[in-house]
Amino acid sequence: MSSISNIIFYIFIFSTVYAQVFLLVTFLENRKKIVIRKGSVKLSSYPAVTIVVPCWNEETTVEKTVDSLLALNYPKDKLKIFLIDDGSTDSTWGIISKFENYPNIKTFRKENGGKFTALNLGLENLKTDFFGGLDADSFADSESLVRIMSYFEKDPSVMAVAPSLIVHNSKTLIQSVQKIEYLMAVYFKKMLGLLGAIHVTPGPLTVFRKRVFDDLGPYRHAHSTEDMEIAYRMQKNNYKIEHCNDAYVYTSIPGTVRKLFRQRLRWIYGFINNTIDYRNVLFRKKYGDFSFFTLPAGIVSIFAVSFLLGRIFYNLGNFLYSKVVQYQTVGIHFTASLNNFDLFFISTKSFIFLEILIFSLVFLSMILGKQMVEGKWRPSWNMLYFLLIFSVIAPFWLLKAIYNTIISEKPAWR
Amino acid sequence: MIDWKKYLIVFLITATLFLSASYLSNYFGGKKIGELQLIQDKIAIDILSSETQYALLSDLSCRNVSGTLLSGELAELGKKLEWGEENLGDSEEVRNLKRYYSLLEIKDYLLAKKISERCRVKSAFILYFYTTLEKCKECEREGLVLTALRDKYPELRVYSFDYSTDLSAVQSMLNIFKIEDTKLPALVIEDEVLTGFHSLEELETRVQESFKLQETKPEETQKK
Repeated sequence: MSSISNIIFYIFIFSTVYAQVFLLVTFLENRKKIVIRKGSVKLSSYPAVTIVVPCWNEETTVEKTVDSLLALNYPKDKLKIFLIDDGSTDSTWGIISKFENYPNIKTFRKENGGKFTALNLGLENLKTDFFGGLDADSFADSESLVRIMSYFEKDPSVMAVAPSLIVHNSKTLIQSVQKIEYLMAVYFKKMLGLLGAIHVTPGPLTVFRKRVFDDLGPYRHAHSTEDMEIAYRMQKNNYKIEHCNDAYVYTSIPGTVRKLFRQRLRWIYGFINNTIDYRNVLFRKKYGDFSFFTLPAGIVSIFAVSFLLGRIFYNLGNFLYSKVVQYQTVGIHFTASLNNFDLFFISTKSFIFLEILIFSLVFLSMILGKQMVEGKWRPSWNMLYFLLIFSVIAPFWLLKAIYNTIISEKPAWR
Repeated sequence: MIDWKKYLIVFLITATLFLSASYLSNYFGGKKIGELQLIQDKIAIDILSSETQYALLSDLSCRNVSGTLLSGELAELGKKLEWGEENLGDSEEVRNLKRYYSLLEIKDYLLAKKISERCRVKSAFILYFYTTLEKCKECEREGLVLTALRDKYPELRVYSFDYSTDLSAVQSMLNIFKIEDTKLPALVIEDEVLTGFHSLEELETRVQESFKLQETKPEETQKK
């Protein structure tokens, strides 16, 4: 039994190292292409863009979100803003109504139907060739849109461009470590973008060509992860998604473990169920690296983390059991070996070296992410805290998402 | 569209990293085995030296002999070997080391016996037989008891023998004391065989009565 467990264990370690090396090789191949532009970018023409802000009980942040859109470095007559109140029960509608008089802002109020219905209302009223969303808890950097639009100008085959998400609020420890995670995600996202294998076009300011929705249809509920499903649908139809690493959008993140748990549960549940819905995309040559790398890596990571958690609990159980037996047999007893520590007793099994390798690769991803966003790569203690905290709590939302999928219980938005 | 060459190259890099990890593991495992061999050689020399000393000067005063007698490193070696068995894998090298260790234990035991007869001092030792072939929970618990006992009474020597050790000398020991594999763990204290589990309290009373040992307080152990 333990030898089968060992084989599975090493297969998972191999896959994890493989995925990390794959991204690293992609980085080395493309490192010259990854630039951070300073100052404002000039476009030869400025196509009209509509940004939709779906709101549901966002009274604390929505005003700042709209302000950030109004401050965008983009011609005012080319930027339309739709503020859509999706049946808020707080003062959101009152706040967005104040913007009604702006010539380029349009407000809508509808019954609550979920975020995808608010986005679809925006799509129905869309008159421009480009469409973007901006979650009402996120704030766009003034240069973000123009930098995103430069990708469309450079390559007419690009169908959507996702920005880099930066953490807006990092007061608590759980937020500080998420900030690191988001930096690392920029690196992953950029690499997937270079591979043409992005699997999520996030709510905060991903911009699409209108054609995407004309051809493929509007947003779907998609297990409360409509921003993931549309990316899957685009990949299935070979529509190119890019990532613009120097377009920054500041987003609010959960401040407590409980809220973080709920958010991640929704994301992972969405990943599992969208992948199940799009299972016929897996391992098909015509869908490229999305089908051979992104999806398999995601699936393996979910299984690997669950398996490792099981293994850790099993080992912990064994350890505790042996301590209980020791206590029952000889009472509380400390052997002399604790006093004179000997290097001999440090394990040198090969998985120890592989685990060190994996942690180093993850650490390198954080550094590269930081470099891609901030232009500097100084390591910080939060990187270590991230590894410690996430490796303890992440398995729980993964397992809960698997559990929910099995008993088909849909997680709530908040 | 898919760069298969890249998938292959990444596979080769990953495989190389895996091989390197296993190379490192073997390298350090080998170092550990080397360390064990060094300790064993030292013990072997110590024992041989004591034996020679004993044979050379038959009229040597008993105090001199007992002072130089018996390598104190046997217990440390025992601990390291046990750890090695669990962590370095079931290799021929580890098995050989274990055989050699059993042999050293027997030699040490015989020498101690000889000296105690000649000098009329009671050497405090326990022979302990266990098995690793099958899951023996009682053996594990007895092992814990003996470790605790040895920490309490540093003068006490515990010679432990794996029933399944493939070594004729160990088999002879089993025959002498009529140890059966169905009755493990087994202890020999003052030529009396005790089978099954015996608690710390029980053995402590036995040891105190037989050998008149004094318990060492933890502070004193640390000072030593």
